[in-house]
Amino acid sequence: MVSEIASGFLQAINLIITLNPEVMRITLLSLEISLSSTFLSALLSIPLGSLIYYHEFFGKRFIINMVQTLYALPTVLAGLLLFLLLSNAGPLGFLGLLFTPQGMILAQMILVMPLITGFTISALSGVDRDMKIIVISLGATKVQSIFTLIREVRFAILAAVILGFGRAISEVGAAMIIGGNIRGVLNYSGTRVLTTAISLETSQGDFALAIALGIILLGVAVLVNFGLNLVQEGSVWKSYTSS
Amino acid sequence: MSELVIEAESLSKKYEGKDILREVSFSIDKGEIFGLIGPSGSGKSTLIRLLDLLEMPAGGKLSILGTDALASRSRYDLRNRMALLNQKPVIFNRSVYDNIALGMKYRKKSNQEIKDSVHDVLEVIGLDDYGNRMARTLSGGEAQRVALARSIVTKPEILFLDEPTANLDPHSTKKIEELVQKINREYNTTIVLSTHDMLQGQKLATRIGVILDGKILQIGTTNEIFHKPATTNIAMFVGVENIFSGTITGNKKGEVTIDIRGMIIQAVADFTEGYKVGVLFRAEDVTIHLEEISKTSARNIFKGKIKSLIPTGPFVNVVIDCGQDINALITISSAEELGLSFGKQVWISIKATAVHVISDSKI
Repeated sequence: MVSEIASGFLQAINLIITLNPEVMRITLLSLEISLSSTFLSALLSIPLGSLIYYHEFFGKRFIINMVQTLYALPTVLAGLLLFLLLSNAGPLGFLGLLFTPQGMILAQMILVMPLITGFTISALSGVDRDMKIIVISLGATKVQSIFTLIREVRFAILAAVILGFGRAISEVGAAMIIGGNIRGVLNYSGTRVLTTAISLETSQGDFALAIALGIILLGVAVLVNFGLNLVQEGSVWKSYTSS
Repeated sequence: MSELVIEAESLSKKYEGKDILREVSFSIDKGEIFGLIGPSGSGKSTLIRLLDLLEMPAGGKLSILGTDALASRSRYDLRNRMALLNQKPVIFNRSVYDNIALGMKYRKKSNQEIKDSVHDVLEVIGLDDYGNRMARTLSGGEAQRVALARSIVTKPEILFLDEPTANLDPHSTKKIEELVQKINREYNTTIVLSTHDMLQGQKLATRIGVILDGKILQIGTTNEIFHKPATTNIAMFVGVENIFSGTITGNKKGEVTIDIRGMIIQAVADFTEGYKVGVLFRAEDVTIHLEEISKTSARNIFKGKIKSLIPTGPFVNVVIDCGQDINALITISSAEELGLSFGKQVWISIKATAVHVISDSKI
């Protein structure tokens, strides 16, 4: 077994260095789907989180609790619910999104949106109450107030977005159920992404490919983490030095 | 003729069923520095937020710059003509320049106009070279000056200062106080200043409103507030140390004699014989002599023994037992010159006009 792992590891390095087309196709599709889902989630969740923070309304606490509960939404459950909605017999079956990258983007958005929405609310709630008062007192409209406050917590929100990307690229349950792990051929991209491919190759005993994809997945995680640290260090640096 | 910029009538405010402001009525003239003094928690900040239209009152009427300020259509426009400076400087994570420019950007002013105005106010606050610095690197005093600059760059007609120097060192406090006077003088900006520091109120304000427990109890010039407080609560807050209750024993053409448990004191007042009154006079109005004096215009002369000497800054608070404990405030050098010490026999004099008499219902 040890030698299998060692040889699998060597083959994996070979697959990556030689830019194996199958590995590249899966990696690019993974990045495309997860970046799209994270971008669209951020586009919707940051304004949504801001609106929830800014307004006082009946049930606000309950909504925030629900959003926070959804941080831990099991990915397979999100996949199952969306599968029921998108299947031919389901209410959204006419969209034809099942087993497509677009469907997978939608599935990942269900997982990422609560994270970004919740962390946006938390970040804004951390803003000093006096700051909100001063912004209004300075003559800001509602939209100007929200933009000013978001800018103040931009690094916390950016961290939430990066965290969301981490959840999107590493989840396997929803991608498997909604995407179906279809192998891409020629111009057809398929729906096989890093996580679903690792799962399949492991079950088939093709450890080399599974390890290669695993290394890439880990590499993406390292890059994301590195980027996050860079952003946060940059913010600290910029805050405490004069230009 | 003076022009009223703020007219408040019976303003009230509640938080969670508790009265924070009760029946607050007053008016402020254009160009005035109106001081709101009161202890922490008396409702000063709440009143400032109501006046800056950041919160709505539970009841009452409010007219600002001749407009009904509580009508929702006028609130945004009115707010744009006013500005607020908080106790704790609110500094955004941007450069000093961008911090100051914020209000002008909200008003969609041109970049050139913003640039000119920001440079002008940077000069006013004495931080000409600080434009590019990140504002969060500034000291507390500098940050408060930047916050003040941000408030005045939009040329507000009314500027609200809510305890602007409460967190600052004496040097920074002095700077802010000078700036407040300069802004008032050069731009004729009406200023409403809340403070728990009565000396600051005395130094800066043209008129003062004393707010205690959510109510404005007295409005007047600094002299009126400090020498003729309307109630004993106000007297205690503005630092009147000698507060007694007594009974009027005679009134000759407005010159009354009052019996304070055996100590007879003369004052100028209109109360009739038998009336229960409060007697108030400031420690600095009490003069200490080493010998009995005859040639003095002061009507009240008492003999007593020194009970304590407490140094307070450049002064000494001397308590003299004259049947009643009387507080006198003199400079340290005067105390040394007179050779004052514990148990020493002295005479004190108080002018009848320095004694303020109030009805016992206000004690």
